[in-house]
Amino acid sequence: MKIHEYQAKKILQQFGVATPRGIACFSADEAMKAAQELGGDTWVVKAQIYAGGRGKGGGVKVARSLDEVRELAGKMLGMRLVTHQTGSEGQIVHRLFIEEGVNIANEYYVGMVVDRGSQRVCLMASAEGGMDIEQVAAESPEKIHKIYIDPIVGLTNNEALDAAAKMGIPEAGRDEARALLVGLYRAFDEKDASLAEINPLTLTADNHVLALDAKMNFDDSALFRHPEIVALRDLDEEDPIEVEASEHDLSYIPLDGNIGCLVNGAGLAMATMDIIKLYGGNPANFLDVGGGATADKVTEAFKLMLRNPKLEAILVNIFGGIMRCDVIAEGVVQAAREVHLTVPLVVRLEGTNVQLGKKILADSGLQIIPAENMAEAAQKVVIAARAPEN
Amino acid sequence: MSILINRNSRVMTQGITGKTGQFHTRMCREYANGGECFVAGVNPRKPGENFEGIPIFGTVKEAKETTGANVSVIYVPPPFAAAAIDEAVEAELDLVICITEGIPVRDMIRTRYKMQGKKTRLIGPNCPGIITPDEIKIGIMPGYIHKKGRIGVVSRSGTLTYEAVAQLMEQGLGQSTCIGIGGDPVNGLKHRDVIQLFNDDDETDAVLMVGEIGGTDEEDCARWVKEHMQKPVVGFIAGVTAPPGKRMGHAGAIISGGKGTAQEKLAVMEECGIKVTRNPAEMGKLLKSTLA
Repeated sequence: MKIHEYQAKKILQQFGVATPRGIACFSADEAMKAAQELGGDTWVVKAQIYAGGRGKGGGVKVARSLDEVRELAGKMLGMRLVTHQTGSEGQIVHRLFIEEGVNIANEYYVGMVVDRGSQRVCLMASAEGGMDIEQVAAESPEKIHKIYIDPIVGLTNNEALDAAAKMGIPEAGRDEARALLVGLYRAFDEKDASLAEINPLTLTADNHVLALDAKMNFDDSALFRHPEIVALRDLDEEDPIEVEASEHDLSYIPLDGNIGCLVNGAGLAMATMDIIKLYGGNPANFLDVGGGATADKVTEAFKLMLRNPKLEAILVNIFGGIMRCDVIAEGVVQAAREVHLTVPLVVRLEGTNVQLGKKILADSGLQIIPAENMAEAAQKVVIAARAPEN
Repeated sequence: MSILINRNSRVMTQGITGKTGQFHTRMCREYANGGECFVAGVNPRKPGENFEGIPIFGTVKEAKETTGANVSVIYVPPPFAAAAIDEAVEAELDLVICITEGIPVRDMIRTRYKMQGKKTRLIGPNCPGIITPDEIKIGIMPGYIHKKGRIGVVSRSGTLTYEAVAQLMEQGLGQSTCIGIGGDPVNGLKHRDVIQLFNDDDETDAVLMVGEIGGTDEEDCARWVKEHMQKPVVGFIAGVTAPPGKRMGHAGAIISGGKGTAQEKLAVMEECGIKVTRNPAEMGKLLKSTLA
């Protein structure tokens, strides 16, 4: 799960991470009041969307008067912000964060992720602040200093001081940097984060160290013990179809193509998308109905796929293990009746009770194109999707 | 031989009284020698009771001492599953198979840390389990699709593994052992660990490895294969069409920071002498082609 910058900063502050002062707001008037309350003569108006790259997309602007704050806020709210992470359709801005201006002397990068190789949380620190860290990692990995954090001891003061030195933070700022890094790890650990990033970490002209930006993602599997994080969820930022799918316990991700896929199991679902592409088609979605699919769940899955106006055909690929093919077949028949299927449907069933499942489909009287294996299923659905409408 | 488990394995079920634990213990018991292999259950609140004749103990240690069980399979719900693994490791079992999906990564980091220097091996979590066909099945895979033979299978997926097994069967190829190592970012045995075991197993002639996007496990395995493997290995990686930054069902199946793409994995595997296919319908045929 993702949260906004201002929410991440609030969490990090609880762990002693220093940030500029700021106020979140939802209108231009609120923005101006926020600036007034913060005082000073320079403010930063920041669009709050989950995607990164906001600055380059015009979502972070400096204002030098209260009127300018209002003007910039008015322009930014409701705008469709396009960044390299939003895709071409962009993301509409509903919230702003007004922050006091900071006199920046230097910028650095700090990130934390779960490292699969070492099976620990890895702190990445670099002098290359504000940059796209993926690019730094690709071009000059030696510029990223890594610490694999002992899960029992946590990030030690010495490790944090060492990281601060290797990032090139001058002596005068190192103790504040240490406190920030130690706090960042504690927040990561205690809140079950999956990613935390401060880019840039800023050294001010008077040698204070501040988190100028903050990003936190959380482990979905741990949300059961963090109601305070769940409460921060902003549904405006999520694809409504994905949200609805998750409510039915379906894993659904829309893609650009025209062939809907309904599969049990994530690996097989990906392989099904791959084989459609291999035979010249384009998958319209990833959809894993999971291990415990019921007829109702299959019906919901069909409804989700059919909402895609580009959809030209559907492929159901099921390998029944614990899940029985007859249950899936009944689900498919029920769904096809309920949703008035208007596109060709190719079904491949294999595994437990496959004969019974095939019989249910054949006896249903529905126009179902059966396939014996994955290759045949993919070939048939690609042809069906291309056929002219009748 | 086979690897990790055989008809002589003695298995306890942690979480035997839950719905999933009950169902799968029953299925595993009905498979091949399962009736003799599944000897104990664990539930701290129900010691002294039994599940369809299988005695239930309060702790893993007690279950081990009383029944001689050396393997555990875990169906405990996610909030408590890592602690269940810890208990099995402390009791010095040989092997723990954790089926549970959705264990917090933070818990698994601590559990893996505590496993350092311990003898216990871990399969999973979030995996279908392990089967040595016609001898013993420990997990949730459909037993009947398998047959004893000489091909090893290792995979991060569930149903895609069944698909792979079905394709092998179509080619008339049985399996020595099939292992689903699971789709979580922090887990036990990796592809490389399993391939090493297959390399040392007299009853395995060739290995089919099925991977997916995310992480670098397949690449690590491929590099080991290049240096040490004496047997043919063929592979498939799911997710060539997966968009970056999206989690594809499994917690670990995500392309992040441009890393963990299927193309990258396939390229490294090919460089290391693994025969790969980009067509998931051809895994069985490809493996067959490597056998003399």
